[in-house]
Amino acid sequence: MDGFLRIEGVTKRYGDKVAVDDVTLSIERGEFFALLGPSGCGKTTLLRMIAGFERPDAGRIVLDGEDIKSLPPNRRKVNTVFQNYALFPHLDVFENIAFGLRVARRPQREIDEEVEAMLELIRMKEERRRKPDQLSGGQRQRVAVARALVNKPRVLLLDEPLAALDLKLRQHMLMELDLIHDRVGITFIYVTHDQNEAMSLSDRIAVMQEGRISQLGSPVEIYEAPRSGFVASFIGDANFLEGRVLAEAGPEHCRLGVPGLPDVICYNDKRISPGEAVSLLVRPEKLRISRERPDEAPLVNVVPGTVEDVIYLGSHTRYRVRVGERRFSVEQQHGRFFLDEKPIRWEEPVWLAWHADDGTMLELADVPEARGR
Amino acid sequence: MSGRTRASGAELAATAPSFLWLALFFVVPTLLVFAVAFRPSDPYGGIGAGWTLESLRALGNPSYPAIIWRTVWVSVVATVLCVALAIPTAYAMARAPVRWRRTILLLVVIPFWTSFLVRVFAWKTLLHPDGLVKSLLVALGLVQPETTLLYNVGAVLLVTVHTDLPFAILPIYAAAEKFDLRLLEAARDLGAGSWYAFRRVFLPGISRGIQNGVLMVLIPVLGSYVVPDIVGGPSGEMLGGTIAQRVFVDRNLPNAAGLAALLALAVLLPLIGALWLQTRRGRPLRMEELP
Repeated sequence: MDGFLRIEGVTKRYGDKVAVDDVTLSIERGEFFALLGPSGCGKTTLLRMIAGFERPDAGRIVLDGEDIKSLPPNRRKVNTVFQNYALFPHLDVFENIAFGLRVARRPQREIDEEVEAMLELIRMKEERRRKPDQLSGGQRQRVAVARALVNKPRVLLLDEPLAALDLKLRQHMLMELDLIHDRVGITFIYVTHDQNEAMSLSDRIAVMQEGRISQLGSPVEIYEAPRSGFVASFIGDANFLEGRVLAEAGPEHCRLGVPGLPDVICYNDKRISPGEAVSLLVRPEKLRISRERPDEAPLVNVVPGTVEDVIYLGSHTRYRVRVGERRFSVEQQHGRFFLDEKPIRWEEPVWLAWHADDGTMLELADVPEARGR
Repeated sequence: MSGRTRASGAELAATAPSFLWLALFFVVPTLLVFAVAFRPSDPYGGIGAGWTLESLRALGNPSYPAIIWRTVWVSVVATVLCVALAIPTAYAMARAPVRWRRTILLLVVIPFWTSFLVRVFAWKTLLHPDGLVKSLLVALGLVQPETTLLYNVGAVLLVTVHTDLPFAILPIYAAAEKFDLRLLEAARDLGAGSWYAFRRVFLPGISRGIQNGVLMVLIPVLGSYVVPDIVGGPSGEMLGGTIAQRVFVDRNLPNAAGLAALLALAVLLPLIGALWLQTRRGRPLRMEELP
């Protein structure tokens, strides 16, 4: 491993609870890296160990070739944007941003220059003399980012930085953070429980569960080829079909027997052999819904069903379709004016179709309570 | 501030009872004390007829400057000591786990369960030439057997700090408990050492508590009378004791009133100073924040 920031076999226990369990990661210079997971998965603990607020019980944290595990937070070239910003209430915007430079005893001229540059970056020159309690949530967030960045850290850690903002502002700040990352070009490590934030910003995502990394990859990999049911259901919606591999079908595909459905054909990149029990994952937007039976085609699965629920969501519609004992979740984008077509209604018989390559097989052990979906 | 200058009728009606109370039992008696200072004394310990500047002249007593100076410096030093001890205590309490906090708070307050007088007399016993503290210090070789621990300014300071320390701890702890400790983490993250973070983030964060703690200690100590009287001896006499002497020994109420008025002015000055400090920050001081 030769990453810029390397987490090597890091473990952290609180009493007999293991918060972070033997995690190994390598993060590149300039990367926007997300730690994604539900609360209590250990992502924040991992971040706090990188920042220096917690000491790992085992393992190493190597930044740019130097083991920083035993350095106190004030000696690490790492800065943090805290969840509730933790701006100093008795200092104004300028002095909050200048704090790290003052600690470092930089000359006043340099402090002025660099703080001004930061105020420019976050577009808050006018507000420099405001106190934190006179700022809006978005402004506080920007000050927190500037206060960390002005120290030119090797890595910027962001701990759920948008959690305190409302949806609209969150989307706006996402773009802003992305822009800032592009402009300063340093490594960002972003902790969040929000899959949308992680997907839209990151170069790579580590999905965490119970102190371990479930999967590490680009947003596309994680969404399109989740390696476990947990990852599949944590990121986006998913339909799970439990069945058994019947036979290989061509070099790359196999035939699945799924109770209550005609045989299903599926891409078999994991080379799962006949006889194994598997769970087939199909994303709702990969399913086509239609009134007429689609034409037969190789590698396309077609099943009949009945519409149980229609939820119109503007840009797309979500259907619940009953197939025998199962419920499929289907999403259909509206490519053109929705009312031009005759909309599919409740209790209408429909056909569902998906391409074999749009299904992902998971070994059954990897699938949590997927049955009810 | 401008919105506060004119109170509505309803507001006036709501606050009238408390103002009336303050006026009747605080402002009027204080003004009476000021007035008595300008009356002559009568030989039976009462107040004579007419007006006189006799008490004002009595303030020129050559022994007073030393006593006033001692009162001021003992009060200031005791306050500084109390606050200096209270700040780290409050810091440690605020950082302690919640279930520990209650215990420590209890320990701070427990002395109040014993009568103030009993505590002061207990010190007298401890510091007595045959007392526990004295014997212990002599045994440890820290103190010569002929040193007196009692009846000097040092004893007054020691006992005052002991009795008044909780009054400094409580308001400072109240502020420290509300202080967001994550700010210290933020300071550390930005490169500050613990001491820098404590000084530049924690102390400003609890400044209001410190101001209140100063007032809570300084004002009672300025007027303190029991402690100097019991452990101070003649070399530890403070203004409060002198006032008591004028009343009980000299039976000269106007002279006592003159001294009391002087003391009242001395107490008002730090209060006005604190008010000015706090309003300067752009926020008026609220009633409940006054000691």
